[in-house]
Amino acid sequence: MSSVTNDAVMAKLSSGNQPAEPGDKPAVVATPKITSSGLDFYYGSRKTLHDISLSVAEKKITALIGPSGCGKSTFLRTLNRMYEMVRFARAEGDVRLDGDNILEMDVAKLRRRVGMVFQKSNPFPKSIFDNVAYGLRVNGWKGALADVVERSLKRAAIWDEVKDRLHKSAYGLSGGQQQRLCIARALAVEPEVLLLDEPCSALDPIATAKIEELLFALKELCTIVIVTHNMQQAARVADYTGFFLLGKLIEFNETPIIFKRPAKKETEDYITGRFG
Amino acid sequence: MNYRYAWRRVVNAVMLTLTGLCALVTVSALFLILGYLVYNGGRDLSWDFFTKLPKPVGETGGGMANAIVGSGKLLLLAAMIGVPVGFMGGVYLAEYGGKTFSFLVRYTADLLNGVPSVVMGIFIYTAVVIPMRGYSALAGGLALGVMLMPIVLRSTEQFLRAVPVSLREGAMALGARKWKAILTVVIPAGYKGIATGILLSLARVAGETAPLLFTSASNRFWSHGWLHGETASLPVMIFYYALSAYDDWHRQAWAAGLVLLTLVLFANIGAKLILSRSATR
Repeated sequence: MSSVTNDAVMAKLSSGNQPAEPGDKPAVVATPKITSSGLDFYYGSRKTLHDISLSVAEKKITALIGPSGCGKSTFLRTLNRMYEMVRFARAEGDVRLDGDNILEMDVAKLRRRVGMVFQKSNPFPKSIFDNVAYGLRVNGWKGALADVVERSLKRAAIWDEVKDRLHKSAYGLSGGQQQRLCIARALAVEPEVLLLDEPCSALDPIATAKIEELLFALKELCTIVIVTHNMQQAARVADYTGFFLLGKLIEFNETPIIFKRPAKKETEDYITGRFG
Repeated sequence: MNYRYAWRRVVNAVMLTLTGLCALVTVSALFLILGYLVYNGGRDLSWDFFTKLPKPVGETGGGMANAIVGSGKLLLLAAMIGVPVGFMGGVYLAEYGGKTFSFLVRYTADLLNGVPSVVMGIFIYTAVVIPMRGYSALAGGLALGVMLMPIVLRSTEQFLRAVPVSLREGAMALGARKWKAILTVVIPAGYKGIATGILLSLARVAGETAPLLFTSASNRFWSHGWLHGETASLPVMIFYYALSAYDDWHRQAWAAGLVLLTLVLFANIGAKLILSRSATR
């Protein structure tokens, strides 16, 4: 699937001004893992998300696109409540993970179910092994750590590159390897949902391709939500895509529809690069 | 025009020489002191100096073993009192403190750091020595420990703040609670800097004389207790020996000065080594 070339994607993007076909309806997600309805978000008195309603499909990849500052990362960070690290930030509304209210859940338990990978790889200044084992250790997991570490590194497609240096510092890895290590670290606690916040923005095209390939494989294991600046990436990997603009969710649908026959003019302007 | 150009050249030459000279004076001060100490104290530095007690006036030889051990005891007490308080306060400031309260604590710590050490001595004399009816190692350790606290607090805070937020996020995104993230990721990431700060603060108070004059005082024999009895230390010993009328004692004061300076230099070099290792990791 990752063999979709950039040319093909560009062709897809430039054909975006076809009229909507009568059959296109707003996406109905059959088996939603996360459901957000009427979500508002505030930094102090400034409202940065307005009435976001969106469903994340189970074991699918959902991409969130939009210009800088549109609120896509903020929305992502409400799904595991990472926004709480910022003072005076608060979310209001109804966000549910399998029917449980995310905003009222015990936050540590929530984050064990909803893992996250950040824009810039952030391995701990520990060995590769200890990085992957960290999530298990802090959660008081009793069992064979080595097995889980190996399985997680294999799932993150980095095992062959690190199996001989598990007890060396993670800082000796390249940027792309560090990012895959961070994915392995997140996978070790077996999250039900994996959030990725522009995971490839600091990586070269080869490392990016490896991560995208990895995402296809991970879809079998968990639900994935990815924020990306890169529209080709969204077109390549995502099953569903949501377009954010100025704190609002403008359009959400199956990825081919968003890129080929967007219903809204703003979406079309953005994906065709006519956005000012 | 020519005159102005010549004048500018003269000013340039004078200022360049002056600033260079000042830089040289600063650097050479250390080497002058070191050389002077080696010249005057080196001859009296022998194995006896480290192992023997001071001899009575008139007898040659003897050492300052009691003062060396005493200094060790005082520093140990100071570290036990000042390091935990400073370290934990630093963690609080860096990780939890609200804006106003942190500002107040930081400001107060800087003021405490600026309290003249002789004032610290008088304060502990009034607060501890008088109620306990006598000088003690504890009082001396307390005086040094209180001086240690603000230094350790500020350096711990700064090194913890230097740990990237992304590491805290990474830990908490894995379900670690805040205290656990601090304990297992943030402090380990900053511990080399923190250790350096502690070592430097100990080196700084190791040479303090004034706070010890009225707290642990000094004597010429072994002090066994911690809570009662004068306890000799190298700086106070140097003070009394240098003021004495005997040439023999003067030479011993030089030797003690050399020992003290060497210890402090080693602590400084050790601290630099720890830091440079962490930078090249």
